[in-house]
Amino acid sequence: MKDFNYHSAKDSKEASKLSSSNSAFLAGGMTTIPSMKLGLASYKDLIDIKNIKKLSGIKVSGKSVTIGATTKHVEVANSKEVKKAIPSLANLAEGIGDPQVRNRGTIGGSVANNDPSADYPSACIALNATIHTSDRKIEASKFFKGMFETALKKGELIEAIEFQIPEKSSYQKHPNPASRYAVVGVYVAKHKKDVNVAVTGAKPCVYNDKDLSKALSNSFSSTSIQNMELDSSDMNSDIHASAEYRASLVVTQAKKAVDAC
Amino acid sequence: MASLVGSRVERKEDKRFLTGKGRYTSDINLANQTYAIFVRSPHARAQIKKLDISKAQKSSGVVSILTGSEIAEDKIGGLIAGWAIRSEDGTEMKCPANPPLAKDIVNFVGDPVAVVIAESLEEAKAAAEKVSVDYKVLKAVTSTADAMNGDTIHEGIDKNLCFDWLLGDRQKVKEAFEKADKVISIDIINNRLIPNAMEPRACLADYNSASEEITLYTTSQNPHLSRLIMSAFGNVSPEHKLRVVAPDVGGGFGSKINVYNEDIVCSWAAKKINRAIKWVAERSESFLTDIHGRDHVTHAELAVSNDGKFLGFKNETIANLGAYARVFGTVTPTYLFGPCATGVYEIPAAYSNVKAVFTNTAPVDAYRGAGRPEATYTIERLVEKASMELGIDKTELRVKNFPTSFPFKQTLVHTVDSGDYVAGMEKAKQMADYSGFEARRKDSASKGKLRGIGVSSYFEACGIAPSAAVMSLGCGVGLWESAEVRFNPTGQVTVYTGSHSHGQSHQTTFAQIAADELGVPIENIDIVHGDTDKGTFGMGTYGSRSLTVGGIAIVNACKKIVEKGKRVTAKMLEASPEDVEFKDGEFIVAKSNKKKTIGEIAFACYLPGVRDEMKSPLPEGEEPGLKETAFFDPSNFSFPAGTHIAEVEIDPETGEVKLEKYTACDDFGRIINPMIVEGQVHGGLAQGIGQALYENAEYDETGQLMTGSYMDYTMPRADNFPEFNIGYTCTHATTNPLGVKGCGEAGAIAAPPTVMNAVIDALGGQEITMPATAEKVWKACKNLKKSNSKAA
Repeated sequence: MKDFNYHSAKDSKEASKLSSSNSAFLAGGMTTIPSMKLGLASYKDLIDIKNIKKLSGIKVSGKSVTIGATTKHVEVANSKEVKKAIPSLANLAEGIGDPQVRNRGTIGGSVANNDPSADYPSACIALNATIHTSDRKIEASKFFKGMFETALKKGELIEAIEFQIPEKSSYQKHPNPASRYAVVGVYVAKHKKDVNVAVTGAKPCVYNDKDLSKALSNSFSSTSIQNMELDSSDMNSDIHASAEYRASLVVTQAKKAVDAC
Repeated sequence: MASLVGSRVERKEDKRFLTGKGRYTSDINLANQTYAIFVRSPHARAQIKKLDISKAQKSSGVVSILTGSEIAEDKIGGLIAGWAIRSEDGTEMKCPANPPLAKDIVNFVGDPVAVVIAESLEEAKAAAEKVSVDYKVLKAVTSTADAMNGDTIHEGIDKNLCFDWLLGDRQKVKEAFEKADKVISIDIINNRLIPNAMEPRACLADYNSASEEITLYTTSQNPHLSRLIMSAFGNVSPEHKLRVVAPDVGGGFGSKINVYNEDIVCSWAAKKINRAIKWVAERSESFLTDIHGRDHVTHAELAVSNDGKFLGFKNETIANLGAYARVFGTVTPTYLFGPCATGVYEIPAAYSNVKAVFTNTAPVDAYRGAGRPEATYTIERLVEKASMELGIDKTELRVKNFPTSFPFKQTLVHTVDSGDYVAGMEKAKQMADYSGFEARRKDSASKGKLRGIGVSSYFEACGIAPSAAVMSLGCGVGLWESAEVRFNPTGQVTVYTGSHSHGQSHQTTFAQIAADELGVPIENIDIVHGDTDKGTFGMGTYGSRSLTVGGIAIVNACKKIVEKGKRVTAKMLEASPEDVEFKDGEFIVAKSNKKKTIGEIAFACYLPGVRDEMKSPLPEGEEPGLKETAFFDPSNFSFPAGTHIAEVEIDPETGEVKLEKYTACDDFGRIINPMIVEGQVHGGLAQGIGQALYENAEYDETGQLMTGSYMDYTMPRADNFPEFNIGYTCTHATTNPLGVKGCGEAGAIAAPPTVMNAVIDALGGQEITMPATAEKVWKACKNLKKSNSKAA
């Protein structure tokens, strides 16, 4: 690991001010630190945001659940409020990584990193989330831009993520047996007017599967998507799963999710 | 005193390990030590055009940078193959030189080309990045099956062929096949595995310029053997000036038998710079440079009669040795594989033909089971297929071909001294509720799931020894074991063993044996191992040999102690030695109430004489002291055997395989500590099931390891397993006084075919390769659906 400067910011403003073209925000460090250790990334400055109290915590209103950026996965998984308002979100958090990761990793870090197989981005899409940053509010549908790419500008810090409470929802994933990351994860959420089927792992970036959403909006039952075959041409293919297999898993996991709703 | 052999004595080593008091190589630090980082080839095959260390030498904290040129100048020897194998045509095997630092050519990703030694680890790393190597990249050979058609990797080794070996009689096999009603044939791949010991390899080399001694602390399964190899072949130091210490070692599974490049380089360099050098592998280095296991491509055939008698067997295998042949590299796919490939069956004619090939991949060597898992997979997949094609129940077909009497002269090489395979099968079936399977299959089907059952029966030749046999097969050393048993004057016992414990619990098992032999409380017995300066010689721990060879050496040394004790007692009590009996720690003169405890005798042996009340004259000519040494070289291997039964349930929508039940019924002879044996069985099963369902080392066509981390290489985890159903039958080995057989490798040997037979049974007989990943199984389920709908 190369040498770097460590800063601990006291508020978002200071964090943004400290940032430069060669810096990174540090929350749980579950991706940043290993990348630096492996020499895949190096920064001049690491700006620790864990000590900014305002960024951590869970608030539930009648319509939404708002989770501060540095809230750890374990806190979401164990939150009575989240379990009551959106049980699938607590389940998702409980299934991330392993206990060590859940005790360190944060929701803001996961969303900002936008790993193609991360779990939380699918929750953002499925639950019509709003990403509150140090500058603005961004709708989830406009936030995830591509593989490890988001709408965040340099120095812009995620402060909280606000999830819309659905009528019912479920997240189902087929984990990679080695890493336990999602080979494919599908988050189905039935809202008053429509159904979102957010898919992670299958493509370079999380997306809302329009075909599945449409079919489920018409009839919210697993039989309505039973025989659907998805186009696999733009799906990921690697040593763990071919595109064809991933396409099939999207439907399978969507069915499981609907049945679990 | 109750016998300890056979009881679940709690592990003496647990307190140390569970409270963080273990002492592993990387826990050891020496004053003024330096740190080594190895510069490794990023290419699978390349010429080194130029190696420039000038920039790196100027980097802060650098003490020394050494390359293959200095190794060559100092005439430091390379890594070696420990067994010489002859080809069918009588020619000797062909092995390339394997210098500890590559000088002109690199042959796999991770092959070291230089070592950077610095004041700190960080400085060594930073400097290593500045070593500039100009490579001319050459086309790599990575495929086992096609290696013989690839470019020649090592000059003078045509077709990349190390040897083309035959065991058995082709003509007899041909005749048997001509008489057969049916020939069952199979093409299988035994997938390449990475051992993944929990503790990565490490070493710390120290040089004392006054005594001219090198001390090497290293993660080894066999410190004495390592010392021998480094002295005799590595030219690092004369044997008496080299001390090898293998302290606590966190798992080996065969991967720590070898002397590695880093051991030789650090020992040699420590002397050169006159300072201690420490090296600890990072996990990614372990993936790339620890020896790998398995990697066979096999075509096998079984000739059968319609009523299910096996008549003949053929085994044509290509075995991947990787880039170089290492210590057990050449014997693993030959004598550890070929003879066992006919399994537990009476087959009148058989041969195994193995072509061992070099490729631009990490060296392949002995990994838990070493050859016998590959053999068992071959025969047990064939037998399962035969049962499907003949329509004979898989257990009946096996029993029909089991030997009916022992000793069982197996078709190729081995004479199995004892066993009862039928009893093992019967017990396994009962334990697994074999007869209730169809009901469970229906139950799974009603939930839309496919259920399958798989059986395999195995035997293995382990307890690797005897010297006369292994040397006649090409082994470069004798595979005996030794022990020294030493009493203190105050009655405690230290047992020095040449076996090495890196998870096997010798501290407990060996102490149980010695406690029973000597009648001394187990608390008063210490087991010492892992240091060439302590105790006698040893050949180390692998091939399930610790108990059957090393343990017996302890028994024999204890017996010598008892014999001496009888003579001393006789003198002290004025009796004849023949009249002295030894029982539960007491020497008793027959038909009298005169006796001495073994503690009193030990004391007497160290205080030989008469003064006041103390009367302990030694017999004439008897040496004082109570310490005996024994070397044990058994008359044969030991042959554990058993039957395992697995049941899997498959979700056809995702292809996920769930191992629902696993039954292991093994015959390990006499069991010393059932709890420790269970642990060994569990561990072996985890690795065997890992091979069947999860693990796979994969190289791309350029020779890059695609599965070089735990993100991509699937290690099985606890939640992948059901609770194992374990039982035993017991026939005592006749080749050692305890009647024990090895148990460490059985799980890894039996589980792969057992699980795969179950998966393939669930898939209606469709062959798939290991590991049976969800995607492969999903594809097979789709085929099954198609053929079912056609049939409908």
